[in-house]
Amino acid sequence: MTISEKGQSLVEDFSFMEDWTEKYQYLIDLSKNLAPMDTKFKVEDNLIKGCQSKVWLKASFENELINFQADSDAIISKGIVAILLSVLNDRKPNEILNADLSFIDQIGLKEHLSPNRANGLSSMLKQIKFYALAYSKLN
Amino acid sequence: MNFDVENIRKDFPILSKKINNKPLIYFDNAATSQTPTSVINSISNYYNNYNANIHRGVHSLSEKATQDFESARTKIKEHFNAGDTKEIIFTSGTTHSINIVANGYTDILKSGDEIIVSGLEHHSNIVPWQMMTKKNNAKLKVIPLKENGELDLKVFENLISDKTKLVFVNHVSNALGVINPKKIIEIAHKNGAIVLVDGAQSSAHFDIDLQKLDVDFFTASAHKLCGPTGIGFLYGKKELLDLLPPYMGGGEMISEVTFEKTTYADLPHKFEAGTPNISGAIAFGYALDYLNNIGLDNIKKYEDYLLKYATNKLKQIDGMIIYGDTPNKTSVISFNIEGLHAYDIGSILDKFGIAVRTGQHCAQPIMDYFKISGTVRASFSFINTVEEIDELIKAITFAKQMLS
Repeated sequence: MTISEKGQSLVEDFSFMEDWTEKYQYLIDLSKNLAPMDTKFKVEDNLIKGCQSKVWLKASFENELINFQADSDAIISKGIVAILLSVLNDRKPNEILNADLSFIDQIGLKEHLSPNRANGLSSMLKQIKFYALAYSKLN
Repeated sequence: MNFDVENIRKDFPILSKKINNKPLIYFDNAATSQTPTSVINSISNYYNNYNANIHRGVHSLSEKATQDFESARTKIKEHFNAGDTKEIIFTSGTTHSINIVANGYTDILKSGDEIIVSGLEHHSNIVPWQMMTKKNNAKLKVIPLKENGELDLKVFENLISDKTKLVFVNHVSNALGVINPKKIIEIAHKNGAIVLVDGAQSSAHFDIDLQKLDVDFFTASAHKLCGPTGIGFLYGKKELLDLLPPYMGGGEMISEVTFEKTTYADLPHKFEAGTPNISGAIAFGYALDYLNNIGLDNIKKYEDYLLKYATNKLKQIDGMIIYGDTPNKTSVISFNIEGLHAYDIGSILDKFGIAVRTGQHCAQPIMDYFKISGTVRASFSFINTVEEIDELIKAITFAKQMLS
C-alpha cells in the first residue's frame, strides 16, 4: 500500500468510530502494540522537542528504506506516534517527503485527538520528515 | 456551606460555554481566573465612552480617563493596604514587576553580595535573578523544599547572613498551592535583607495587608484576580522605590527633558514609561470591587471547603499521589496517579470539558525535587462547585480505567 492508500484506510477505520472514547481506545491499543524500543536509544539525542510528554524517535536506513523506532512515557503520545509510523515506517525517503498527509486532518488527529499543541504531533512529523530529508541526500 | 455560588456563577458568561459538548468545568484558575460581566463591561465602557490618553490632555475625556485610572490605583492601594498610592506602580503583570526590581538591583549589588530565592519559585522569579547575578556576580542561593512541599526554614536560617541583600519568595507556590509563612520576611529583616514577595497565586485567595506583612516589594497580576490580562502592579516601600533606577525610558516617566539631561518624574510615574494599559487598570479596579463585594474572607472559607472536599475524594482513588499536601495551602491540588502520565490524564479530562493544567507549571526545579516529569494541577476558585468536583472524580476514574 502507498502512504496515501494506507492513510485512506485509516480514515475509513476512524469513520466507523462513534465518539472520542473509541478513537482514544484505538490509540491506546496502537500504543500497546507498538514494537518496543531498545532502552539504549531512549537518550536525550532522540527526544523530540516540543512535546509535553517524552517522545523518542530513532531512525535507521537499510535497503533504501527508513526504519523508525519510537516510544513515549505517555500512552496517548505513544499512540499518536504509532499511528504516524503505521503509515510512514519502512518507506523510501522520497515517499515520505512527497507524501499526501491529508489523512491526519481527515481522521481528526489534530482537532479531536489532541487538545493542544503540547502533544507534539507536528514536532513528530517534522522530525520524521527531517530524517527523510537527511537520508534522501545519501542517495 | 452558606455561599451562593449559583448566583455568583451567573456573573461569569464563560461558564455557560460547552467544551467538547460538555458544560465547561474550569479548574485552571491558578493559570488565569475567569472574568465577571462587570469587569468585561468596564472595558467596553471605557472604549465606548471615554477612550483617551491619560495625564496629558486638558480635555474632558482625558480627565475622565485619568481620574478612573488613578482611582484604580487608589483601589489597589486600599485593597492591599499599602501606605501610599505612590507605592503602587502599574505594570503588565508579575513578571514585569519582578524584572523592574531585578534590573534595579543589578547596579546596586556587587560581587560578594548574596541573594536567596525559594525552591518553590515559578520560572519568572528565578530567571530574572539569574540574569542579574550574571551581570553583578552576586551569589544566588536557594531555600530547599521539604518532602511535604514546604520550604525548609531551618536551612534558610543557615543560608542567610549579613551578606544577603535580597530574598525572593512567592507567597503561594503556583505548582503546589503551599502558602509560605510570614516568618521568612521576619528572618530576612533581622538579617538586614530586603524581601520581594510574588503574590500572583495568593492575592485572589485571601486578604493581604501589605503594611502588616511588612514586605518590601510585592507584586500581583490582575488576570489571577478576575481582572484582564496584561495588567498588574508592583508595590514597593517608597524609600526603596526611590533608590531604584527606572526600568524603561520614554514618555510619562520624565519631569524635564533636554538633549543634555532628563529629570525623572516622581513615583509612581518614574516606572510607568509610555501609554499604560488604561482600560486594563480601570478593569483591575472593577475586579477588586467585584471580589470585595463577595468578600475575600467568604471566598477563602468556601475555597477551603472545596479544597477539603476534593482532597478527600481524590485520596480515595487508588494510586493517588498529592504533592504539597499540607494544611496551609490555597485551593490547588497537584497530583499524579501511579503509573500514569499527567498528560494522558489531562487529555482525557479535556474530553469531559474539564480544564486542568498538566506539566511542570513553569516550576521545573520543583518537579526535579520530586523526580517527576510533571503533575496534573486542578486549581479551584469560588466559581466552582462540589458537583463539578464530583464530575472530576468520575472523569479521573474513567481515565484511569481507560489508560490502565
